[in-house]
Amino acid sequence: MWRRCLCLRDRWRRLLNQPSGGPTAIVRTGANIPSLSRAYAPPAERKRFYQNVSITQGEGGFEINLDHRKLKTPQAKLFTVPSEALAIAVATEWDCQQDTIKFYTMHLTTLCNTSLDNPTQRNKDQLIRAAVKFLDTDTICYRVEEPETLVELQKNEWDPIITWAEKRYGVEIGSSTSIMGPNIPDRTREVLVSHLASYSMWALQGIEFVVSQLKSMVLTLGLIDLRLTVEQAVLLSRLEEEYQIQKWGNVEWAHDYELQELRARTAAGALFVHLCSESTTIRHKLLQD
Amino acid sequence: MAALGSPARTLRGLLRELRYMNAATGRSYRDTAAYRYLVKAFRAHRVTSEKLCRAQHELHFQAATYLCLLRSVRKHVALHQEFHGKGERSVEESAGLVGLKLPQQPGGKGWEP
Repeated sequence: MWRRCLCLRDRWRRLLNQPSGGPTAIVRTGANIPSLSRAYAPPAERKRFYQNVSITQGEGGFEINLDHRKLKTPQAKLFTVPSEALAIAVATEWDCQQDTIKFYTMHLTTLCNTSLDNPTQRNKDQLIRAAVKFLDTDTICYRVEEPETLVELQKNEWDPIITWAEKRYGVEIGSSTSIMGPNIPDRTREVLVSHLASYSMWALQGIEFVVSQLKSMVLTLGLIDLRLTVEQAVLLSRLEEEYQIQKWGNVEWAHDYELQELRARTAAGALFVHLCSESTTIRHKLLQD
Repeated sequence: MAALGSPARTLRGLLRELRYMNAATGRSYRDTAAYRYLVKAFRAHRVTSEKLCRAQHELHFQAATYLCLLRSVRKHVALHQEFHGKGERSVEESAGLVGLKLPQQPGGKGWEP
């Protein structure tokens, strides 16, 4: 994992420094794994090498300029995004890096890179199937049988969302206390697949990202359809953890750290979906009437 | 629909985050593209009547999401630097983290060179 991270970082560095390197440069860096001096040391952060960040409108969309260089993706493609708001948000991410560039805080840039490069080489169908697969093991469909207070908490907090989703999409989801999970009818899956098919590739990358963060398809739908705010969705996703924190106490360097990271990632994913699917949303509303 | 509070409050929160981000660089946050875009968007979609407007709610939702993103990233970085940013901890530091202290041995432990 670390080795992969270092390798990616190395690629970034080369791409930003020599945009004309082309594919041969990438092959060489891929084979050249930097030696690790200390296994547990965090990777050194890259120095901020630019002064000004600006946005230009090109043919394919909005581009980001770091001083006079154009920002590129890890696969050396030109970084272009479809919406102005997204471009401004990405530029702000680059602009607010202080002495070093912290890639782990730049979630919107990462999502755009994933959408542009599509490193997993998946098509739309595969993305949709990956997202809908989470419904079988959806966090909020799995219930505990004891302790009683947690059972009640899960019932009170999670049931309204499931009911909302069932009504909104006209499907059956349900919940279960068995280890096998609830029995999701095939029709539910078909309806959700056809609903997700109305989103663009970019939005789907964001949706899959949010689903894998929240570990829940239903909560993601609530977030995308403006039923839940990010804070609420994250709270519901971590319900059992919150319960245990109430009981045993909060540990700042584990619980708070994870909470903030999860919130940041979920917010980035949700914003990405909304900014990338503005036209799709309008079409969707017309269909609903 | 999710309750978001007043849009003015969201805007104030966003401006505060922009101020935090630009504090270190020494520039005014009012010079940034993000500031201009946010203020323009909030002004353009301001409605005077109390009618429920779906489009406005959507925009406010996006603004609240962005606020959550900026705030969480800031807190995450602060926690990261405090607890995870320095790499491996020394034995003394790890012990201190859980409220313990290493024993002191006057005259050494006997096996040092």
